[in-house]
Amino acid sequence: MPLLEVVDLKKYFPVEGGVIDRLLGRVKGYVKAVDGVSFTVDRGETLALIGESGCGKTTTGKLVLRLLEPTSGKVIFDGVDITRLKGEDLRRLRRRMQMIFQDPFANLDPRMPVGDQIAEPLVEHGIMEWEEAREEAYKMLERVGLTPVEDFYDRLPLNLSGGQRQRVVIARAMALKPDFVVADEAVSMIDVSMRASIVKLLLRFKEEFNQAMIFITHDISVGRLVADRIAVMYLGKIVEIGGTEQVINNPAHPYTQALLAAVPTIEEKKLKMKLEIKGEVADPKNVPPGCRFHPRCPLATDICMKKEPEMIEVENGHFVACHHHI
Amino acid sequence: MARGIGQYILVRALMIIPTVLILYTVVFIILRILPGDPITAILGTKNIPPEQLAALRKQLGLDQSLVTQYFDYLYKAAFHLDFGTSMTIRGRPIWEDIKTRFPRTLELTLYGFTISVILGVLTGLIAAKKGGKIDLSMRIYSIIAYTLFIPWFGLMLQLIFGIWLGWLPTSGILDAGVHIKHITGMNTLDALLTGNWTGLKSALRHIILPSLTLGIVLSGAYTRLVRANVAEVLSMDYIRAYRVHGIPEYKVTLYALKNAFVPIVTLMGLQFAILLGGAVLTETTFSWPGMGTYLVHAIESRDYPAIQGTVIFFSFLVGLISLIVDVVYALIDPRIKY
Repeated sequence: MPLLEVVDLKKYFPVEGGVIDRLLGRVKGYVKAVDGVSFTVDRGETLALIGESGCGKTTTGKLVLRLLEPTSGKVIFDGVDITRLKGEDLRRLRRRMQMIFQDPFANLDPRMPVGDQIAEPLVEHGIMEWEEAREEAYKMLERVGLTPVEDFYDRLPLNLSGGQRQRVVIARAMALKPDFVVADEAVSMIDVSMRASIVKLLLRFKEEFNQAMIFITHDISVGRLVADRIAVMYLGKIVEIGGTEQVINNPAHPYTQALLAAVPTIEEKKLKMKLEIKGEVADPKNVPPGCRFHPRCPLATDICMKKEPEMIEVENGHFVACHHHI
Repeated sequence: MARGIGQYILVRALMIIPTVLILYTVVFIILRILPGDPITAILGTKNIPPEQLAALRKQLGLDQSLVTQYFDYLYKAAFHLDFGTSMTIRGRPIWEDIKTRFPRTLELTLYGFTISVILGVLTGLIAAKKGGKIDLSMRIYSIIAYTLFIPWFGLMLQLIFGIWLGWLPTSGILDAGVHIKHITGMNTLDALLTGNWTGLKSALRHIILPSLTLGIVLSGAYTRLVRANVAEVLSMDYIRAYRVHGIPEYKVTLYALKNAFVPIVTLMGLQFAILLGGAVLTETTFSWPGMGTYLVHAIESRDYPAIQGTVIFFSFLVGLISLIVDVVYALIDPRIKY
C-alpha cells in the first residue's frame, strides 16, 4: 500500500464579484486550480510535480497537507482519509507530514529566534519539554550546517541569508522526523550556487527517515535530479506521469516534449520530435473544452476540441492523457 | 544600540519644543484676530465708562503690546510652569484648573481608548480570520463607526440608555451626594483605591456612556487596520508553516497578531491625540467637567491665558505620547534600529 494516495482531488476557488454579489452570496465563476488529480507516493519515493506557474502544483501540495480544503476528492495518508479529519486528530497527524515553502524570506516568523522556531513544534506535539527541544534544535542546526550553532540559535530571520533561512526551514521540518514531506519550489529562490547543497541536504534527510516526498518545481532538470517519478501538470490536471527516466527519455505528451525542448543542454537533444508550443497558459477560469491543452498543441485535431483524453498506460507505470500521444 | 536609542529619544524630546512653540504662536495670533475680546465677554457690550474699561485692560495685561504679551506668557509658562490666571474667574491659576480637570479627561480618554482597542482588535481579527460575510459585516461596522459624529451618537446613547431604558445617567461624573477622596483625580481609580464601593459604582455608571461613545467611534479605524494587517500576515508562509507544524490555531492567531502589531501601535499613538480632541466633543455632549468643557468655555469667554495654557499643555502631551510610541516600537519590533 502506498503511503499517500490522492484520488480525483479537486479545488475550485470561487471568483468573487463586488460587494453586492458578496452580500447575496453570488459567485461569478470558479478558478479550477486543481481539477481531478490522482497519484500515489510510496515510502522512500520522491515524486516531482512539474508544470508552469499557475498549473495547480502548489495548490495540490497544499491540499495534500490539508492547508487548503479540497472541493472534492480524497487524500489517503497511511490508510486514513485526511480530508475528513478535524481539530486534534488533524493536528496530531501534522507531525508526520511537513512542508517546505518556496520563499525563504516569508517562511520564518520574523519575531522569533530561529532556534526556538525549530524547538516549538517539538514541544507543541508533546514530544519533549522545552529544554530538551532546545537541545534538539541545536543538533538540527548543526546538522543543516549552521555552525557554530551558538551564533545562529538566537538570531532573528532577518539576520540570515536566503540559503541560511532555507536551512533553518529544513531543520524545522525535519526535527519532527516526518514520514512525508512536500517541498514546494524549495530551491527556486535560492542562489544558484547554493541550490545543489540545499537539495542534497533534503535528500539526505529523506534517505535517513525513508520519507515519501513530493517535490514541486517548474524546473524539469531539478526534478530529474531528485525524483523517482515525475508527474507533469497542465491547468489543474496531470497530463503525464511515470518513472523519471521514462518521462525524460520517452516523453509521450506534447506538453512534456515542449518542456524538455526548453531545457538548455550541451549535447544534442535525443527527442523524437521537436515541438514548440504556442501562446500562453489558458485562463483557469475558462478551461478550454476537450483536451485543455489543445489551443496550444501543435498536434491538435478535431477530437481534441471535443473529447477530454483519458489516462492511457503507454509502458509499464507510464501514463499519459493525450489522444495523439507520441 | 543603547547609545543609539538614548540619542534618538533625546532628539525626539527636543523636537517637542518647536512643535509646542508653533502651536502656541498660531493660537496666540488666531485669538487676537478673532472678533471679540475678554473685556466684552466679561462685561457685555453695554456702555462702560472708558476709565473702568482702561482699568480692566490694565489689570488683565491687555494694555501691553502684543509682543510683550506673547513673550511674557511664553517666559512664565516655560520657566515657571505658570500658565497665568483666568480672566473670567479672576485670579484663579490656570494650572489649578488643569490639575483638577485633566485627570477627569484622562480617565475618560483611557476608558475610551481601551474600549476602542478591544473592539477594534476583536472585530478586525474576526474579520481577517473568518472572511466572507462576517468580514464584510465587520468592515461595514468599521465604516459606520468611523463616520459617526460624536455629539449625535452620544445623544442617541443618552436617548436609548438614559431616557428610554433609564439604565444610566446622561450627564455629569458622579451622583449627587457621592464623594470620593481626591488622590489621583480619576474618580474610578480613587474610589477603587479607597475602597469606596458606592463611589465606584456611581463613577462607573457615569463613565459608561461617554467612554462607549468615544470608544465605538474610534474603534472603526482599528478594525480596518487590524483586519488588513492580520490578513496580510495570515497569508504569509510562516503562518502556514506554523499550521503545518501542528501549532494550535489560537497560538497561530497570537503570532499573527504579534507580527501585525507595529502599525497598530502607530495608530494607537495617533489615536490618542485624536482621542483628546474627541474628548472635547464627548465632554460637551455629556457635560463632563474635564479639559474639553473647560476649553470650550474658555473659548466662549475669550479667556486668552486659559486657552493658551490648555493648548500648550495638550501639544506637549501629544508630543510626549508620540515619543513614547516610537520607543515602544523599538521594544516590540526587533527589526527597528535607531
